[in-house]
Amino acid sequence: MSAGPHYTPYHPRWYRRHVSVWWWLQNRSYTRFVLRELTSVFVAFFAVVYLWQLRALAQGPEAYGQFLARLKTPFFLALDAVAFLFVLFHAITWFNLTPKAMVVRLRGKRVPDWVVVGSNYAAWLVVSGAVAFILLRG
Amino acid sequence: MTSTVALTVARYRPEKESEPTWETYEIPFRKDWVVLDALNHVKDRLDGSLSFRWSCRMGVCGSCGMKVNGTPKLTCATFLSDYLPGPIRVEPLDYFPVVRDLVVDITDFVRKLKQVKPWIIRKEEKALDEGEYLQTPDQLDAYKQFSMCINCMLCYSACPIYGLEPGFIGPAAIALAQRYNMDSRDQGAAERLEILSEPDGIWQCTFVGECTKVCPKHVDPAGAIQQYKLSAATHWVKSLLLPWGTR
Amino acid sequence: MVERITPLLWLLFSAGGTVAALLFPIHLFLTGLAFPLGWLEAPRYEFLHRLLTHPVTRLYLLVLISLPLFHWAHRFRYTLYDGLQLKHLTVLIAVLCYGAALVGTAMTAYLLWTIR
Repeated sequence: MSAGPHYTPYHPRWYRRHVSVWWWLQNRSYTRFVLRELTSVFVAFFAVVYLWQLRALAQGPEAYGQFLARLKTPFFLALDAVAFLFVLFHAITWFNLTPKAMVVRLRGKRVPDWVVVGSNYAAWLVVSGAVAFILLRG
Repeated sequence: MTSTVALTVARYRPEKESEPTWETYEIPFRKDWVVLDALNHVKDRLDGSLSFRWSCRMGVCGSCGMKVNGTPKLTCATFLSDYLPGPIRVEPLDYFPVVRDLVVDITDFVRKLKQVKPWIIRKEEKALDEGEYLQTPDQLDAYKQFSMCINCMLCYSACPIYGLEPGFIGPAAIALAQRYNMDSRDQGAAERLEILSEPDGIWQCTFVGECTKVCPKHVDPAGAIQQYKLSAATHWVKSLLLPWGTR
Repeated sequence: MVERITPLLWLLFSAGGTVAALLFPIHLFLTGLAFPLGWLEAPRYEFLHRLLTHPVTRLYLLVLISLPLFHWAHRFRYTLYDGLQLKHLTVLIAVLCYGAALVGTAMTAYLLWTIR
C-alpha cells in the first residue's frame, strides 16, 4: 500500500538533497539520540558478563574465582566503568521518556508526567536497594 | 544597536542551476520583525524573484515552514532579534523535494495524511433525530492535543527516519490517526491499525523525539506514536490469545 | 516474517529496556566496580550457589539476562539500519541480532536448568 513517496521519481527540475551517512553528527539532538541508542551495546555487554558469571558459578569455585580475578584486571575495570555510565544514561533517558509512552488516566484526568517519572525513580531506588541488600549478605 | 542584519537565503532556480546556491541580503533590523517580514522585505524591495510560501503570518496556517539556522521553524513566529548578530540562514525544509528557492513539494505529506483516514468512522451512523454525539470535557481532553496540528510539516523535516526512509508515514499522520482513535465518537481504530502496522507505519519510528521538539503547536507527535505502539502491540497480543474476541 | 511479529519484538524491547533500566545500574555497579575494587565485600561462592538453587533466583536471572538481550537486538538492529544506512543488509542484520539474543537466552536457560 505504501509504495514509497508519490513524487514523479525523476522529476528533472526538483532538487533532492542526499542524506549523508553522517546525518547523526550534524545536530546535537541527533548525536545524543544515537548515543542513547548505543547504550544498548553496553546493556548487551553486561548481560553477557552476567551470563559468563552464571557459567562460572555452574562450573565450580575455581571457575568463579577466575571470573572474579578477570573482573579485577584494569581492562575490565575500565570497560565496566564506561559501561556503567552508558547504562546509567540508558536508565535516565528510559525513565524520563516513559510518561510519553504510557499515559495513565485516573478518574478521567491524565496523571502528570512528573508523577510517572517520579514513581519510576522511586521504584529504581527500592529495587536497587533490595538487590544490594541480598547480594551484600553473603 | 544594529540597524541591519544579514539574511543568507538558499536560492534554487532550476532553469539555470542544478544545485541550490546562497544569496545574502542586508535587511533592516526591527526588533518586532520576524523572518517572514525579512523575506517579504527582500521580495518587495531587493529581489522580486525570491519564492516562498506564507499566508496567515500568525502561526495557524502552517504555510511558512522553513529551516532557520538549521532548525525547522515557522518563519512568521521566529524573531530576528533571537538570531543577532546574524547572519541568519534560511533554507527550505529538509527531506522534501525543492521546487524553487524556499518552496518544497508537499504531495507526499498530503497523501500520507489521507492514508490514515482522518475522519470519524462509525459502524453505523446515528440517525439525525437521535441528536448529536455528546462528549464530556474529559473525553475531549483525551484527543484535544493531537487535534491542534496545523500541518506545517516541521516534524517531517526534523525526523531523521523520514529523511532515511521516505516511505515512513511520519509523525503528523500518526498523531492525526491518534486524534481520531482517541475520539470517543470514532469507531475506526481497527481500520487505521491495518494501515499503521505496515512496515512503513509506526514501527519505523525509533523515538528520536525531534518531531515533538520542533512542533509549534505542542501536539507531541512522538508521544502519540509511542502510545500508539503500545496500543497496537497490546491489540496484537490480544488478537493472538483471543482471536475471536477482537473487532 | 520478521515484520509480522514486530509488535512482539517491540514488547520484548520495552520489557528488556525496563529490566535494564531498573536492575542493571545496581548489578553493574556491584559486580563490575564495587566488588572488584574492594569497596564492598563480594559474595562468596557458597552463598551465590545456595541462592541459585532457589527457583525464584533462576527465574530472576533468566529475566535479567534474556530480556535486555532482546532489548539490545531490537535497538541495535534499527541503529545499524538507520545510522549506517545498511538497508540492503536488513534481513541479515535482523537474523544476526535476534539470533544472538535467542542464543544468549538458550544458553542462560540451559545453565539455569542444569545447575546443581
